[in-house]
Amino acid sequence: MSESVDPTDYVHATADLIDLPLDPDSVPSIVTHFARIEAIAALVLEFSLPDNIEAAPVFKP
Amino acid sequence: MSQWQADASSIAATIRGQEVTAKAVTAAALATAEQIDQAIVQGQDPGPLAGVPFAVKNLFDVAGLTTLAGSKIHAEHPPATTDATAVARLKKAGAVLLGALNMDEYAYGFVTENSHYGPTHNPHDLARIAGGSSGGSAAAVAAGCVPFTLGSDTNGSIRVPAALCGVFGLKPTYGRLSRAGAVLFSSSFDHIGPLAHSARDLAMIFDLLQGPDPRDPVCSDRPPEFCLPQLKQGIDGLRIAIADDYFAQGALPEALAAVEKVATALGATQRVTIPEAHRARAAAFVITAAEGANLHAANLRSRPQDFDPATRDRFLAGALIPAHWYLQAQRFRQWFRQQVREIFQSVDLILAPTTPYPATPIGQETIVINGEEILIRPNLGLFTQPLSFIGLPVVSVPLQRSGQLPLGVQLIAAPYNEALVLRAAAYLEQAGIVSAPIVQPQL
Repeated sequence: MSESVDPTDYVHATADLIDLPLDPDSVPSIVTHFARIEAIAALVLEFSLPDNIEAAPVFKP
Repeated sequence: MSQWQADASSIAATIRGQEVTAKAVTAAALATAEQIDQAIVQGQDPGPLAGVPFAVKNLFDVAGLTTLAGSKIHAEHPPATTDATAVARLKKAGAVLLGALNMDEYAYGFVTENSHYGPTHNPHDLARIAGGSSGGSAAAVAAGCVPFTLGSDTNGSIRVPAALCGVFGLKPTYGRLSRAGAVLFSSSFDHIGPLAHSARDLAMIFDLLQGPDPRDPVCSDRPPEFCLPQLKQGIDGLRIAIADDYFAQGALPEALAAVEKVATALGATQRVTIPEAHRARAAAFVITAAEGANLHAANLRSRPQDFDPATRDRFLAGALIPAHWYLQAQRFRQWFRQQVREIFQSVDLILAPTTPYPATPIGQETIVINGEEILIRPNLGLFTQPLSFIGLPVVSVPLQRSGQLPLGVQLIAAPYNEALVLRAAAYLEQAGIVSAPIVQPQL
């Protein structure tokens, strides 16, 4: 996420967008968990994939 | 089994109050056992598991019981009307179901510290976790309550508790066994499998559970490949390698020493690098969070207070994941699968630790590895997640260590090669390297 986006703002805005009410007392914990997901997702997002790699709707190993 | 529609607390109260006898409460299982004895007397084939008791993680449907999936919310659901496919197949083989077992809520955890139903204690040290999310399934086997159980594994939930409780656990190839009638968590990765005292038990149960099932769209149409007849073929000719790099870091020395001990017994000296395993784990983490949140979105909106605090905020955070992150993780899965397929062109079996550390005390949140303090819960899946991510068959074999807690080692093969991992497990068992004796009660 861009450094200009505050994670707390993102959590509130996206929750509003998808109509997900959040208990104000839970928000700091949700922001912590989202920040953890964001950091982990960065490992995936920074990796360049060829265009011909597609997701499998039903995965057959 | 109708008397089991009440929860355990009310059953205990009615027994103590002499409203019902303990014998009557177990009457359903005893009646089934009696039918089996009669069938044997009458010369009928009662099935390969005739009279063998078993229990299942409480996310499997059992006709007449409410399927809890470790949650308070599902306790309001009516009893299941049909057995899960796996439960039905085991019953058909003569096994006698004794009940359902504790787990992390909705399988979202590696510790089985369930706030609704209490933590599952590790039979090796009751102050420690059993691992999760199939913690009850592993502890029940280790303690000798039942000789085998069923669990589910999305990111390590069979293998982690099997390792921490010192029992054998099999996570088969993705899609190999039907999940019909089991509460899903993250469908892209959800598997079911057995936990038991020996490799031959895993093989027998796996063989009985194989076969297509139209009730599970992911379940494979491939014909069964029976493992039990192959179990004694040994390891001659198998190319076995130890996973290095990612799988040799971030663990206590004793977890890595367990892998070396198994490798020595198998004559494995070759090392192999599974590329980008850290990104595989990351992608599994993102997909799991997004799919789990999607599955529970309605209840997260309407009654978040009824979730276990240990899962609720993670689910809520998962609901906010952008689609791009999820899809990129799914596309990475395809790329990673191709890399690992190439490794299996020159290797038959790969060895890796199951967990980075043995069972930790219940309630403890962090552990120091190589001088760095890390969170216990997510890191229990460090070595299991990249493998279930691409659906590989894995057995976690148990190493008992005198005066110390058990550890597990993963035996990993290419898809649909369950027979190989089970053969290697049986070889190690025969060599006295791995075992799963019943833990003696602590006084």
